Amino acid sequence: MKNKGISAIFRNQIFIPLAALLLLAVFNLVADPEFFKITLGYNAAGNPVLSGYLMTILDYGSELAILAVGMTFVTAASGGQDISVGAAIAIAGSVILRVLCGRDSRPETLRTSFLVAFLVACVVAALFGAFNGLLVSVFKIQPMVATLILFTAGRSVAAWINNNELPIISDPRFAYYGGFIPGIPVPTPFFIAIAVVIVTFLLLKFTNLGLYIQAVGINQKSSRLNGLNPTAIKFLAFVLLGLCVAVAGLIKVSRLSTINYSVIAKDIEMDAILAVALGGNALGGGKFNMTASILGAYVIQFLTTTLYKFNVQSDALPAYKAIVVILLVVFSAPTVREWFKNVWKKIVPAKTAKEVA
Amino acid sequence: MKKKILGALLSVSLVASMLVGCGGSAPANDPAPAAQTEEKAEEPAAETAEVAEEPAASGELIKVGIINNDPNESGYRTANDKDLKATFCEANGYDASFAYSLKNDEQIAAAQKFVQDGVDYLLLSAADTAGWDSVLKDAQAEGIKVILFDRTIDADPSLYEASIVSDMNKEGDTAVSWLASQNLDEYNVIHIQGVMGSAAQQGRSGALDKKVEAEANWNIVTQQTAEWNAEKAEQIVTSVINAGDKFNVIYAENDDMAKGAVAALDKANISHGVGKDVIVMGFDCNKWALEELLAQNWNYDGQCNPFQSSYIDAIIKDLEAGKTPAEKTVIMDEKGFDAATITQEDVNNYGI
Amino acid sequence: MGKEILKLRNIHKYFPGVKALQDVDFTLREGEIHALMGENGAGKSTLIKVLTGVYAKDKGTITLEDKEVSIKSPQDAQHAGISTVYQEITLCPNLSVAENMYIGRSDKAFLNWKSMNEGADKILENLKIPAKATMQLANCSIAIQQMVAIARAVDMDCKVLILDEPTSSLDEQEVAKLFNLMRDLKSRGVGIIFVTHFLDQVYEVCDRITVLRDGKLVGEYEIADLPRVKLVSKMLGKELDDMEDIKGETKPYEGSIMKEAPVFEAEGLYSDAGISPFDFHIGKGEVNGFTGLLGSGRSECVRAIFGADKILGGTVKKNGKQVKITKPIDAMKAGIGYIPEDRKVDGIIGDLSVRENIILALQVMKGFFKPFTKAQANEFAEEYIKLLGIKTASADTPIKSLSGGNQQKCIVARWLLTHPEYLILDEPTRGIDVGTKVDIQKLVLKLAGEGMSITFISSETDEMLRTCSRLIVMRDRKVVGELNGDELTQTMIMNTIAGGESSEK
Repeated sequence: MKNKGISAIFRNQIFIPLAALLLLAVFNLVADPEFFKITLGYNAAGNPVLSGYLMTILDYGSELAILAVGMTFVTAASGGQDISVGAAIAIAGSVILRVLCGRDSRPETLRTSFLVAFLVACVVAALFGAFNGLLVSVFKIQPMVATLILFTAGRSVAAWINNNELPIISDPRFAYYGGFIPGIPVPTPFFIAIAVVIVTFLLLKFTNLGLYIQAVGINQKSSRLNGLNPTAIKFLAFVLLGLCVAVAGLIKVSRLSTINYSVIAKDIEMDAILAVALGGNALGGGKFNMTASILGAYVIQFLTTTLYKFNVQSDALPAYKAIVVILLVVFSAPTVREWFKNVWKKIVPAKTAKEVA
Repeated sequence: MKKKILGALLSVSLVASMLVGCGGSAPANDPAPAAQTEEKAEEPAAETAEVAEEPAASGELIKVGIINNDPNESGYRTANDKDLKATFCEANGYDASFAYSLKNDEQIAAAQKFVQDGVDYLLLSAADTAGWDSVLKDAQAEGIKVILFDRTIDADPSLYEASIVSDMNKEGDTAVSWLASQNLDEYNVIHIQGVMGSAAQQGRSGALDKKVEAEANWNIVTQQTAEWNAEKAEQIVTSVINAGDKFNVIYAENDDMAKGAVAALDKANISHGVGKDVIVMGFDCNKWALEELLAQNWNYDGQCNPFQSSYIDAIIKDLEAGKTPAEKTVIMDEKGFDAATITQEDVNNYGI
Repeated sequence: MGKEILKLRNIHKYFPGVKALQDVDFTLREGEIHALMGENGAGKSTLIKVLTGVYAKDKGTITLEDKEVSIKSPQDAQHAGISTVYQEITLCPNLSVAENMYIGRSDKAFLNWKSMNEGADKILENLKIPAKATMQLANCSIAIQQMVAIARAVDMDCKVLILDEPTSSLDEQEVAKLFNLMRDLKSRGVGIIFVTHFLDQVYEVCDRITVLRDGKLVGEYEIADLPRVKLVSKMLGKELDDMEDIKGETKPYEGSIMKEAPVFEAEGLYSDAGISPFDFHIGKGEVNGFTGLLGSGRSECVRAIFGADKILGGTVKKNGKQVKITKPIDAMKAGIGYIPEDRKVDGIIGDLSVRENIILALQVMKGFFKPFTKAQANEFAEEYIKLLGIKTASADTPIKSLSGGNQQKCIVARWLLTHPEYLILDEPTRGIDVGTKVDIQKLVLKLAGEGMSITFISSETDEMLRTCSRLIVMRDRKVVGELNGDELTQTMIMNTIAGGESSEK
């Protein structure tokens, strides 16, 4: 029984991101334990904030986790990935600023409440998600190719929404979403991520979303014969990703209270996809493990922050992430897994024998 | 069938992205060019008057084809595009067509189209320095005069009438000598670079690198590229703060990155600006950045002048009058603003 | 009669646990079209694959033009002059016709495009194939593509041409064109092996028939010596005498069909799967079945009833009331369940657990916002695991790791859980062990006894005879007859399947 427990851990998807996390943590512990130091200080506005590398990971990993949720749905249902996430964030962010500022790029007073702006952004982002979903589910275009359209055009659309202006919001409350709420020393994005995760898990618990998406991702034909509508479910997955994009967009524009269409959330889609992969989810669709994806997102930020700490040139970061991808591909290959299983068996029998005895 | 739909969609999206590039700044009632108009009135005052008379003098519009980089690329480019649009309009006696792309081959194709359309002048901000010879020769054969702005190309100077450029090295030098004039005991610099290899990055990094090498009390705490991205800059500076390294200068190669760096400082409650712990330097003179200077939050902002249109306009006027331009290469005036001396007027005039 | 060009003798081929071919002989003569017949699993495709070098034979000899040859790979077969055209076109649709004809045939790195195109045009003209060398293959009809594949094969100097189900995706006119081409090749002395499920086509174009069954040779016959009904009996393995015996057996099922309005009724129903419009009805507690050879359209009919394919026309009534069934969920809501023929492709959801697979259909009917609790789902799963004796480590085990029979039981459980009024089972016993087969048949009868209407399809006629009280017979995608009561005998079934020659006995 105990042995079964051990091998179950190995077989469990969450093992992959956990092992990666552990590896990074141990590396940092050995290299410089200062990495784990968290200090309570006060920011320029006099509010308490926790700072330290771990806080940076919580902060930036959160928006990635939100995107990983949506990307997991899309990957599982359609067997492909959405590469237009960064461009869609630019659009969502631009919409928020447009609604708040109107035509004036330096407004004295905001046109409407943050909530209204965010809800409008949700609708717009969901519509763009629906556009991707339509191409994938109805026109049966490969997801990567279909989302290439928005990937190409999205940032221009974002700029067009604000007439190419770069609105700046001076109201300090707008910065709460991507920064700190006065009196709470933990970065707000972390709470937003928790909210998204809670909603996601409620959705998975109180609806059949998970079952349907997995069924469609694993075997579309047979799902249809069980009364499911694969087209609608894939479409839904893209719309859900659109909503996640809107949330991430809010965090992104709030961080600096402005937007830069060409660089905001640049290449974030690759990190989001990597998070899904690091979570041990098959990029070919089918079964998924949401917890593992979310954990994967934080692991990627852990890696990024570690690399920053060790002064690795930031334009070299993609190369390190590529190494992670290579390792993932290698370790998820059936032959390699088989080999590991055999090695494990050779090591373990002695132990199990004792346990049985 | 599927493939055809996809192809159509992709091409529509590409066209859309190009159109959007133009459309974004097209509307004439755009409130923003106010700053530029003012700016023009300020700097080459005499000339603006001349321009105003122009349409009356000659009934015929001068046809210009303008090839530029995507206005969404940066605030600099947006301002540059607006400036060009404001100058080369019908009211000033021009019939201008615009083409935008960040890709050299698309730009060359656009140039070819302009040559075919028989424009009088071809204004060009090339995405890449190479590959322009043949199309410029075609233009020359058609009697089309070529003026380069913002960026130079690797082609025989006889192929163009003039080039109006910023001297990025000079921008860097100006900024670094300003910093040296602050007479700090020790310079511990966080150097946040732009996209590696770009002209702006090379010019702005080069000056600082030289100085650090030359002076014993100048140290680089970290030198990282944030690729013009504010958030990356914030992460880089946060990382330095978390590591507990000491620094007293942030040298960011554009305003966005300086803003990101300042966000990191604010979170850690490290004071910055005039007379504070950390000197903040940026480039490009975005209006909001100059306002930060005015508020004493930042210390220095180097100009990268996007307003070439008045220079181009003057050259065209000369050429139309049969005069050759005095200089083949015109280097634009570029200022560096010090928070200690900046005025609201400067913000209005030079902010982009 | 031409001389014998290809002789296979004593061919044996084993797979783990299966004797796929045992002592099979096959002879092909010059200038003949030779049909290779047999039901699924008879060994036809194994024999073809041995001949083309896809599989290595375990025993036996292959003699080509009096020389023994050793064929170890498809390339060997091609070089020896044996070419194959498969049911699924294996050409590259994005290349031109000529490129497809020449691709992979030259060792040279460079091709002379002009001479290639000219050569291709010449061959096409020669064979009267209406295509041009420079056309893109994807723009040609399926029939033309098929013919290009044949042209490619013929041009490779082939002596033996194997056509594996070439007609299954062609319409009648296209088939006629293909037959002309085959006759043309025959007159040039090419020996053609023709594999098909369409009896009419065999009798239209072939000279000789070899029948396989259960991996063994049944015999080789001149077409004139083997009337259809005999061919069918050879394929199914029932000699005429045996069948007469079965007639006397009492059927184990005593139906309780009420003479009310039929539970389900269809009129002029047809789908895009290529079946002719058919009428159908089933009463309460009735077990009926579609029979016919593979590819006769029996599966397509039940798929049309369930809305699995695109419905092109027809009306459907449930308990006398007209209902609209355009997709599976409509059928499910109307109380119809469907266990599909291809368990792996259409049935199981491989990576999901046994539990999830069992509850899936009921869950979908219940609705998106009303998931079963884990306890409920477990209860359902455990109940049916026990009821049907599904052998699984636990309800959490992924269904793909179960044996075929147990997977099938899970699918049966899935549909029983929805308590359908009308259940369709398409080949529920294929590829599963004998014990499970009997279990499923018993279950069918038991359910019918409880008032469920059931349509049962099986390739094994005796299974059908044991369970069904009425059989709808299909041939070439048409309903060609209906058998009731005393007519339910092997002989009658075979006669009806064979068609035309029912007087022959």
